[in-house]
Amino acid sequence: MLSINNLKVDVAGKSILHGINLDVKAGEVHAIMGPNASGKSTLAHVLAGRDGYEVIAGEITYNGKNLLDMAPEQRAREGIFLAFQYPVEIPGVSNIYLLKAAVNAVRKEQGLDQLDAIDFLTLVKEKLKLVNMNEELLYRSVNEGFSGGEKKRNEILQMAVLEPKLAILDETDSGLDIDALKTVADGINALRDPSRAMILVTHYQRLLNYVVPDHIHVLAEGRIVKSGDKTLAHELERHGYSWLKEQPSAHTA
Amino acid sequence: MSDIAQINAYVDMFAHASKDLPGNGEAWIQQVREKALARFVEQGFPTRRDEDWKYTNVAPIQKSVFKLPDKGLNGVGHEQLDNFLFRDLLCHKLVFVNGHYSQALTSLGTLPDGVSVDSLAQTLTNRPDALRPHLGQYATIEKYGFAALNTAFLSDGAYVHVPADIIVPAPIHVLFVATGDGEETLVQPRNLIVVEKNSQVTIIESYISLAETRYLTNAVTEVVADENCAIEHYKVGQESLKAFHIGGLYIQQQANSRFTSHNITLGGALVRNDIQASFAAEGGECVLNGLYLVTGRQHVDNHTDIDHAQPRCTSREFYRGVLDGRARAVFNGRIVVRQDAQHTDAQLENKNLLLSRDAEVDTKPQLEIYADDVKCAHGATVGQLDQAAIYYLRSRGIAEQDARSVLTYAFLGDVVRRIGIKPIRTYVEEKLATRLLHGRQFEELT
Repeated sequence: MLSINNLKVDVAGKSILHGINLDVKAGEVHAIMGPNASGKSTLAHVLAGRDGYEVIAGEITYNGKNLLDMAPEQRAREGIFLAFQYPVEIPGVSNIYLLKAAVNAVRKEQGLDQLDAIDFLTLVKEKLKLVNMNEELLYRSVNEGFSGGEKKRNEILQMAVLEPKLAILDETDSGLDIDALKTVADGINALRDPSRAMILVTHYQRLLNYVVPDHIHVLAEGRIVKSGDKTLAHELERHGYSWLKEQPSAHTA
Repeated sequence: MSDIAQINAYVDMFAHASKDLPGNGEAWIQQVREKALARFVEQGFPTRRDEDWKYTNVAPIQKSVFKLPDKGLNGVGHEQLDNFLFRDLLCHKLVFVNGHYSQALTSLGTLPDGVSVDSLAQTLTNRPDALRPHLGQYATIEKYGFAALNTAFLSDGAYVHVPADIIVPAPIHVLFVATGDGEETLVQPRNLIVVEKNSQVTIIESYISLAETRYLTNAVTEVVADENCAIEHYKVGQESLKAFHIGGLYIQQQANSRFTSHNITLGGALVRNDIQASFAAEGGECVLNGLYLVTGRQHVDNHTDIDHAQPRCTSREFYRGVLDGRARAVFNGRIVVRQDAQHTDAQLENKNLLLSRDAEVDTKPQLEIYADDVKCAHGATVGQLDQAAIYYLRSRGIAEQDARSVLTYAFLGDVVRRIGIKPIRTYVEEKLATRLLHGRQFEELT
């Protein structure tokens, strides 16, 4: 589904990613771990198409298409979803408006009719239960005045409603207490599907106790320095990221 | 044309017109006019040397002498007004064409007993004594040349009188229609709204144009708010994009009265709104909401001035503007809290959104506080669309142009939501949506 080949990215003239290789197939859950400033969030935003990231080498193929040629909105319409580490507050734009506009943008791309108000609300209410969110939040401005936990759950709600093909979750677990973490993890697990791929970007191993990945990659200083299965998380937990510096660097397939 | 020649031209115009102005048989009315004309001659048009006009140059208005329009209907029919009426709003409708009352287009319906809604010209002719205590008492012709010019020619507009203890359930909608045909016309509406104790009324002033031509609207509205009354005032400005609009709104508030203004500017080449509210007794509340959406080379200037002359009064100001193209906006919010005005509670906010690099805003909150036990806050901002928010919306599949439109619309939504009457709110929302969703055509309006 997603193939990243020798990706090198600069931000504001500074080299952040130094040659990332990653293959993600439908149905797989990949975790990308790493210390602060290792380039994890940069990778997430390059996939979503944020401005200000200069790709100086490499390519990204998504379902056979050159991802880097696509505008952020086009990527979203073709099934890519990024759950933001810091969801943006948008005063005056209601959550329900955003959800509806987003769903209909995807449906239009797929040649489907726009959802009518009743069908849409039925869908959203069902997904609200999944993330244990109060319906009242639908009518508030997007993320405005939301607690940290509410913002993260709101991201999962959007993901659940949009049913993306490729979901990238950028530090969705950070800043959550254990109850909120479980709710978010349950939401993610409910969306695991043979047709869907997920990339979990995280600093902590904690989330991976609840969402068990198929593959784990460790990103450090702009490179994937180690890849493995779910047991890698426990190694990291035991030894910390500094342990990796003693390891020979490895490229992953 | 020089200032002197300009002024002389209007003095000549007055000399020709004065014998036909309504109520000219009454000595006091003639005095009001002549005094105002003398003030106008003294002051002339404001210049940029005048602090209050520092950012608004009225030289374009002085390029020609605008002419008094003909009376009569000019062939305006009901169907031409349809686009400017509020759907599903039951209201008392009063229509003026080029400043003159149009009986044919007016439909007042049934008003509560004792309430007068009439043409000022007719009232000047038929029962001028009703006007005498208030007419010309509040508009500050000493300070404003334009108000003086309006007062010199004062003749027609809306006269609303609500006696004590009456609630007028339906709003009174006053439409000022510029036909925009013929020569460059001078339209000078003059409105007087008198609301007595414990009464309640809503007034809507709409300024509209049937053609994109050049004319000058120079309007004055005086509002008298007696004890414990409630007045809601709307002004919806949709003048021609070649026209000039100078509007003065002067409010005198008695004890515990409540006055709310919604001032919406969408049209006009050059628009200046002056709102002056004065608390004459304790416990009053004044709320001034405003919205402007301008583009091309439009220029909109809002000057508000609230005089907290008495204790325990509350004022709230909330203005937001969006500028595109080479548009220019000026906001000056003056609040004076006098020495005796203890327990004043005043808040003022003006926020601006610039959609283009060539748009420009000059905003200035101006608080003068002479009392020591008061609560006053003010803020003014000028900014651009939040790039993070645009990216967030795009990452959810919303096209960039749509994201920008939605965020702009949301920015103005904070003011729009303050419009209490749903059909008016819907009307304004539709106007904004039409404009903002065709953002790329803004440039073509000039």
